[in-house]
Amino acid sequence: MIEEGRALFLQIAESVEDAIIDGSLAEEAQAPSTNELAAFYRINPATAAKGVAMLADKGVLYKRRGIGMFVAPGARELLLGERRTAFAVRFVDPLLVEARKLGLTPEDLELLIRDRASVPAASTTEGNAR
Amino acid sequence: MTTGTHVIEVKNLTKRYRDVVAVGDVSFTIEKDTIYGLLGRNGAGKTTVMSILTAQNFATSGDVRVFGLQPYENAKVLSRMCFVRESQKYPDDAKPGHAFAAARIFFPHWDQELADRLIADFQLPMKRRIKKLSRGQLSAVGVIIGLASRAEITFFDEPYLGLDAVARQIFYDRLLEDYTEHPRTVILSSHLIDEVANLIERVLVIDRGRIVMDEATDAVRDRAANIVGDASAVDAFVQGRQVIHRESLGNVASVTVLGALTLADRERLAAAGLDVAPVSLQQLIVRTTQHAADQSALDEGALR
Repeated sequence: MIEEGRALFLQIAESVEDAIIDGSLAEEAQAPSTNELAAFYRINPATAAKGVAMLADKGVLYKRRGIGMFVAPGARELLLGERRTAFAVRFVDPLLVEARKLGLTPEDLELLIRDRASVPAASTTEGNAR
Repeated sequence: MTTGTHVIEVKNLTKRYRDVVAVGDVSFTIEKDTIYGLLGRNGAGKTTVMSILTAQNFATSGDVRVFGLQPYENAKVLSRMCFVRESQKYPDDAKPGHAFAAARIFFPHWDQELADRLIADFQLPMKRRIKKLSRGQLSAVGVIIGLASRAEITFFDEPYLGLDAVARQIFYDRLLEDYTEHPRTVILSSHLIDEVANLIERVLVIDRGRIVMDEATDAVRDRAANIVGDASAVDAFVQGRQVIHRESLGNVASVTVLGALTLADRERLAAAGLDVAPVSLQQLIVRTTQHAADQSALDEGALR
């Protein structure tokens, strides 16, 4: 769940972002509290608070006084935009590097992607690419 | 939960045993309501520092302030601190209940309900004499006193000896839970660095009597990286960077470098076909202390 070598608060923020992106945490819904995150991920509450604060700074979460943090309207769009921009760097670039190594052209890749996409997802559980 | 106020201030602390320097001119501060990891090898000076802070040992020189006061024979300071020693001694005929009763008198914030819950969690046999307890059960007595005392500063000196993985997890979970509800300063000395890495907000690493790292844990996490791949490509990449460890097998090298990698670095690595593996807090500390040991061996060699 938590990986080594990356700032924990970033990973906590990302876990909340993921929930917003996949819709399990809807806009205007109450976000998990710092203490809930700390207990769930078994981390120091100060670290969880740092992750939540980062999301608030970014405008993904907002505070309702005395109640807690809520998902801001438009948060999902904001995050989708951000993740799509990062997608090229995080996923496409390494793919191209490996493809070049194997002598696959971009055209080969295109065919390969279409081919794989038409097969119902079965063995694609290796989702820890970063 | 860093508030910026210091509960402990140590200036130029030195402790000498005859001609052995256990702690050499160490200065640091401990912030209020923060969980610290006090890490380092056996004999590095961790226990010496903690026992001086809790007035169970004398400093050779230097100044130690706890809550702004000197801790020696200062009941006002001492009742606000709890030191769970790895080798705590109890009277021969004492049962766990006696130890808890004494703690209840001594610590003003003692929470009996929490103690009872922990006794059940650790399945501590209350009718047995402490002398007859297993190593793990003895550790549980210390952990229960440390948590239930709710002291403003609690030191845990390797509290896990003999505790199995399940019992250690109970300890970590209860510590976090209770800390969340009742923030306080906790100083946790441990060799199981990876187990406590997510609990501690700051790391203090002590190596041969000196502080070699005093930082926020999060800042340290992406401090180093392992670069793995073709040796010549690895060496080309790490040139000009601070290398703290290197090993190789055939023409594959694995080199640990200090410094967070930038996006440009990562692109360069990908283009060179090199892999980047994260370095855990434990690996980083092992490498740093090893590196320091090698360096000082080199320095001493050069002096001869």
